[in-house]
Amino acid sequence: MRLMPTLSAVFAALLLLQAPLLSAKEAVTMAEDPVLEKIVNEISAELRCLVCQNQTIADSHADLAVDLKNQVRDMVREGKTQDEIVDYMVQRYGDFVRYRPPVKASTYLLWVGPFLLLFVGIFVLILNLKKRRLLTGEQDEALSPEESERLAQLLRSEEEKNKS
Amino acid sequence: MRFLLPLGLFTVIVGFLWVGLSLNPHEVPSPFIDKPAPDFTLPQLHDPQKNFSNKDMLGKVWMLNVWASWCVACRQEHPLLVQMARAQLFPVVGLNYKDGREDALRWLLDDGDPYVLSVMDNKGNVGIDYGVYGVPESFVIDKQGVIRHKVIGPLGPAELQNCVIPLVRELEKATAESQISEEVKKACV
Repeated sequence: MRLMPTLSAVFAALLLLQAPLLSAKEAVTMAEDPVLEKIVNEISAELRCLVCQNQTIADSHADLAVDLKNQVRDMVREGKTQDEIVDYMVQRYGDFVRYRPPVKASTYLLWVGPFLLLFVGIFVLILNLKKRRLLTGEQDEALSPEESERLAQLLRSEEEKNKS
Repeated sequence: MRFLLPLGLFTVIVGFLWVGLSLNPHEVPSPFIDKPAPDFTLPQLHDPQKNFSNKDMLGKVWMLNVWASWCVACRQEHPLLVQMARAQLFPVVGLNYKDGREDALRWLLDDGDPYVLSVMDNKGNVGIDYGVYGVPESFVIDKQGVIRHKVIGPLGPAELQNCVIPLVRELEKATAESQISEEVKKACV
């Protein structure tokens, strides 16, 4: 009876021994240098894949995206900063390669447009609310005594109808 | 009167969408226009012992055509390039992009070789330097080694007739300071 716990302990120990061996093998194929890979991915996420235009080169598996990612990796290894690498790509592929367009004269409308629309919307809303309050202003006031009496009557007759 | 505002907005939106329909999102304007062509030195396809550099073409107006044997659209473009070579319009240098040498040579043997020579860019590094993102692409380069026009995708007869040939003829006559005429500029947009 006392064999069972020892057996399971041995089994667990075997499993534990094996675990690092298994994970070590996988880690080699995943990335040689996780720190480098993280930086490469961060920069790649800022660059548009020009073949599949709604993806970044970090997401894309297109040939060109893989090449560009390798280029980014080489440049990071050489010690280039993110700005230098993005500039390198912009020089070759134009501003379009940046997933986030830069703020400059030709893109002001792109950046400011949504806020402009929001403000116009709020302005129109306020105007409309004001107009509506003017139109319906009188009806907002409290009921006169006669009106309350009539309301009560209507409610009472409605109730009686429901009962019968 | 109360329909004027929505109607106006509608017209503006239709206008934007209408223009948007005629734009091709795959034609990314090249930042290289009117900039010096990036320098490269690569082994020649037919004779890998020999190198070719873009500087060898200084003093000539020429075209750098990016092609590959695996590229389907290149097949579409190829007969026109062969015709151009027969007519001896201007020198075309091939940049064989990310291709195998055997495959590339077989393609030229089977379908004709329109290039004065081709160079091998096996890893695609020169392609990246030239901002190539879809093959075929062609660059018109002037006597000073400045890129003056980029064709994205297969070159068609219309673009060749209306833009590329007039542009090359003007560039051949031009000095470093002279400007491209407005007609050619319009035809090349």
